[in-house]
Amino acid sequence: MAKKISILIVDDEESVRDSLYNWFIEDGYRVECAENAKRALSMLESDCFDIILADIKMPGMDGLEMLRRIKLLKTDSIVIVITAFATVDTAVQALKDGAFDYITKPFDPDDLSHLIRNASKQISLTEENENLKKRVVSLENVEDLIGNSEAMKKILKDIESVAQSNSSVVITGESGTGKELVARAIHSNSPRKFFPLVSVHCGALTESLLESELFGHEKGAFTGAMYNRKGRFEMADNGTIFLDEIATISTKMQIDLLRVLESKSFVRVGGNKEISSDFRVICATNRDLKSMVEKGIFREDLYYRLNVVNIYVPPLRERIEDIPLLVDYFIKKYCISMNRPPVAIDSAALKRLEEFNFPGNVRELENMIERAIVVGNGKKISLKDLPLEKTIISSSIESLDDLEKTHILQILNKYNWNISRAAKALKVDRVTLYNKISKYGLKPAD
Amino acid sequence: MDLQNITLISFGYFEEDFLKNIAEAVKHEFRFSVNTKEGHLDLSEFYDPGRRQYNGTKLLKEVDSIYSSDSDKSLGLFSVDLFIPILTYIFGQAFLNGRTGIASLYRLSNERYGMNTDDKFILDRFKKEVIHELGHTFGLIHCHIPTCVMRSSTYVEDIDQKSANICIKCRNEMNSILI
Repeated sequence: MAKKISILIVDDEESVRDSLYNWFIEDGYRVECAENAKRALSMLESDCFDIILADIKMPGMDGLEMLRRIKLLKTDSIVIVITAFATVDTAVQALKDGAFDYITKPFDPDDLSHLIRNASKQISLTEENENLKKRVVSLENVEDLIGNSEAMKKILKDIESVAQSNSSVVITGESGTGKELVARAIHSNSPRKFFPLVSVHCGALTESLLESELFGHEKGAFTGAMYNRKGRFEMADNGTIFLDEIATISTKMQIDLLRVLESKSFVRVGGNKEISSDFRVICATNRDLKSMVEKGIFREDLYYRLNVVNIYVPPLRERIEDIPLLVDYFIKKYCISMNRPPVAIDSAALKRLEEFNFPGNVRELENMIERAIVVGNGKKISLKDLPLEKTIISSSIESLDDLEKTHILQILNKYNWNISRAAKALKVDRVTLYNKISKYGLKPAD
Repeated sequence: MDLQNITLISFGYFEEDFLKNIAEAVKHEFRFSVNTKEGHLDLSEFYDPGRRQYNGTKLLKEVDSIYSSDSDKSLGLFSVDLFIPILTYIFGQAFLNGRTGIASLYRLSNERYGMNTDDKFILDRFKKEVIHELGHTFGLIHCHIPTCVMRSSTYVEDIDQKSANICIKCRNEMNSILI
């Protein structure tokens, strides 16, 4: 027996207490007895018992009243009530008041053994559940947020302080810095952690799709709406909704979103029934929302509604002291997932990584390490395993647009501005490439 | 412990060979000297007319108070139907880590369950029950190993499933208690 189950027997009859005591002690349980409910309650104040076997008919406080008090005092104790005269009313009342089971004495030895076995199983399942919950929390907690830098410490402190509240959070930072991980850490440390964290990538959806995605739709609301569908706000009831790339939503969606945030209720697309949902909002963006507000692109009222707490995730180049830790973490992660023995990284390669600009931030570093483990010799990651030379190293590149512009220019120059060949290399059609050239104002070098 | 003996006290009629067989099995299992003797109790004092059974808890206490000083361990052998207040019946009972136990063969016979009489069955079952209850007096609790005699049995079929021997785990446990 992994853990010694403890049993408290509460009965005014000494012979019953003795019988049960001897029966359970032979089974290896820790057994204590109380002659009345008052004594049992006083014992429960100083000791914990897994199972309480209580007689219903006792002088003074009866078993049902004691059961109610036990449930107020120790909600995790399993209470089994015993009586000499079974009536449906008493049984129903005992079960309603939280009794685990109900047994009429005298009972068959096998019934008693089964009852205790079931209760023990329930206890071990509850414990297992608790342990799993703890493990889930620790997995989703903050272990993916690697770093010892001051910036990282501040983020962890911010997560800790905002997690317990219900306030909306805006997470800002460049692409690939780990904004979604921060959102997950906030959710998994919050009281909402056992409810869903629903993520929506606003930038990936058109306005109408996003509307249907967020609010859900009724059957027949639009072509292809074959069934009623719950929206993400509805799915996030009691949990958290994570709106990634919030800066990309249209003006109409901004108005709709503001209304939902204010009323916590909405109507499905094509429906007329008001649906309420209790959710917390966490948003992320790689743009400067404040300047978008100033330019009139983003609604000021929505901005203030969302931006109750702001967490800034700095780019990797601003926390280079975290690179060795991150490298170590990703090596372990990918060696385990690829079922390979742990590999090391040579100092030259690590130094080079620390000097690198990482326009794609942690995501880029992670991909580099994954690739290095795949193509490397399986013992040590060296400079040749890292695709640093092929990557644009430029401290002036900050946004994805800059990166795209530079890359397109590089490919166009490589193919002497042959649009067809360049488009083929870029795996886009010629029209798209012309649009990009026009968008970025690219011209051939003289 | 200088004196290492077990006394089996029969209350009611048991055939001499039957008792001898039980004593041999107990001696073999515990390596103690085993005596048998007749006990005398007015069982009517322990009879519950409402249940038409005998109160095992009271009987155990009585046997303990009268006979426990005679030897290291004493076990009362009965042929009446035993109960404890909370349960419909028991095969036997003992003081855990104490000096006394009781066992009854009343519910061990085949004919009680509508089957043909078989003396071998009743002897085997009673041996196991006696060793089981004595095991409790040596401090052994119920064992989860299916063949161990210390496995809990609530039906005769359960008794038939296990052997009359103490498993290695329980024996080590018992040795550590005795030392």
